[in-house]
Amino acid sequence: MKILVCISNVPDTTSKINFCDNDTKFDTNGVQFIMNPNDEFGLTRAMWFKEKQGAIVHIATVGAASVEPTMRKALAIGADEAFRIDMEPKDGFAVAEQLAALIKKEAYTIVIAGRESIDYNGGMVPGIIASLLDMNFINTCVSLDVDGEKATAIREIDGGKEYLETTLPIIIGGQKGLVEESDLRIPNMRGIMMARKKKLTVVPPIEVENSTADVSFDKPAAKGTVKLATSVDDLINMLHNEAKVI
Amino acid sequence: MAVLIYTESENGKLKKNALETASFGYAVAQQLGVEAIAVSFHTEEGSNLGAYGISKVYTIKQDSFKVFNAKAYSIAISQVAKKIGATAIIVSSSADTKYMAPLLAAKLKAGYVPNVIAAPESNEPFTVKRTVFSNKGFAHTQITTRIKVIGVSNNAFGVIENEVSITTEDFTITQGDVDTAVRSTKIDRVVDKATIADADIVVSAGRGLKGPENWGMIEELADVLNAATACSKPVSDLGWRPHGEHVGQTGKPVASNLYIAIGISGAIQHLAGVSASKIKVVINTDPDAPFFKAADYGIVGDAFDVVPELIEKLKDFKAQNA
Repeated sequence: MKILVCISNVPDTTSKINFCDNDTKFDTNGVQFIMNPNDEFGLTRAMWFKEKQGAIVHIATVGAASVEPTMRKALAIGADEAFRIDMEPKDGFAVAEQLAALIKKEAYTIVIAGRESIDYNGGMVPGIIASLLDMNFINTCVSLDVDGEKATAIREIDGGKEYLETTLPIIIGGQKGLVEESDLRIPNMRGIMMARKKKLTVVPPIEVENSTADVSFDKPAAKGTVKLATSVDDLINMLHNEAKVI
Repeated sequence: MAVLIYTESENGKLKKNALETASFGYAVAQQLGVEAIAVSFHTEEGSNLGAYGISKVYTIKQDSFKVFNAKAYSIAISQVAKKIGATAIIVSSSADTKYMAPLLAAKLKAGYVPNVIAAPESNEPFTVKRTVFSNKGFAHTQITTRIKVIGVSNNAFGVIENEVSITTEDFTITQGDVDTAVRSTKIDRVVDKATIADADIVVSAGRGLKGPENWGMIEELADVLNAATACSKPVSDLGWRPHGEHVGQTGKPVASNLYIAIGISGAIQHLAGVSASKIKVVINTDPDAPFFKAADYGIVGDAFDVVPELIEKLKDFKAQNA
């Protein structure tokens, strides 16, 4: 079993978001970067496959050298080997094409990506890879088990869950539920030391064309002040007569 | 040339988001000066879309499309898109569609932009406004491919009536193209309750509730308002409530008309995830809770006093306004 976990390097969930260069770029000044939470749930599930079913786990990130600390963290958690595709990720389709080229070359049978990255929220990378490589695909995946060539999974749907069966090779868009929050691992000193020696290969990008371009950004208008109700009757009255939502 | 709108249905009925997707698609078609054509699966309600500017609807009624399958649906929609020469395809933000749309985009070599909140800002270059950083910002994004797939944010553009005459036609997909490699074995779906994705009102509670045994009043309040129930991240992490109810940056986004937050202090990740809701109400004992800064209305008070009173008074209110 050879697994690839696709990992994005994203601003910490507590980050305040600002834009610079005339609002054409995300301002990384003072921003802490982390492993995309959806990807971390996937990586942790991959560690389970490694420990219980002898899987080999690789990770891949599309990005400049500045993403390597996040990749080293994934290696410290227990991934065996890493690939950094040396391209600034600006378009989900193009990122998927880069990863697809690596997946094809390395012949992974299970690919785990996050259902979306929490920066640009495109949510398209696993689906486009699935289509490009004709892999079986399950999105918003909250449970994955593999037995030989057979895979069983659960995906979250609006208002419930769907149980699915398929065969390898498979790609999933993962999220919380694949493992619990309490299963997430903090790298220990031994893991961190070992991660330094693990192979991190820089791969030149293949030639692709971007299908989209973010030309500028802005931020939501500041919120007005909250109106405090003096009683429950007052609240119902405001929601009915003023906000007209009940 | 045409704009193709995928209008979702469930149990034979058009979903609520289908009307918003159709309204948005009509606006795009008007702007491009082309026809707005819809595609749907297993519904007899397609002709209702004429009220939202759709002049033709293709309905796929083959048995193999009874249960949603992302790949099969993407193949079917791409066949309709090719038939009508669609240059823009409009889809919703439902879980099923966010699963299907990337497959469709890849099949048509189309640029795909989800979370779009307004009609295109320009045709040449084709530019749309979308949310990024979990609603903490907006991007103005150009799509440079010939065919474009646009995902419309829930409850952002709105449902807009534009009565036109509509024709309906059944559409048959070549059977060989139906994919069954991913098989659905069981669906567990709440049928008698509003979902977070669809509900006009969402009632959400946090750690201020002190324990899972206190959720009875939250469910009762949701019941009175015909609302969906949701919760904060710590509550789902503690196992008080199922993951499916977790709303916020790493959980589900909320874009309801009314969002009521009870005993939720308002961490930045939570506020981002629910910021697309139109009206936010906070009930919290702590007047300094950050959520009050992001809310429209609030009551400073103990949920265990306020919520039961709210339930009783809303019941009276509903009875009077029924």
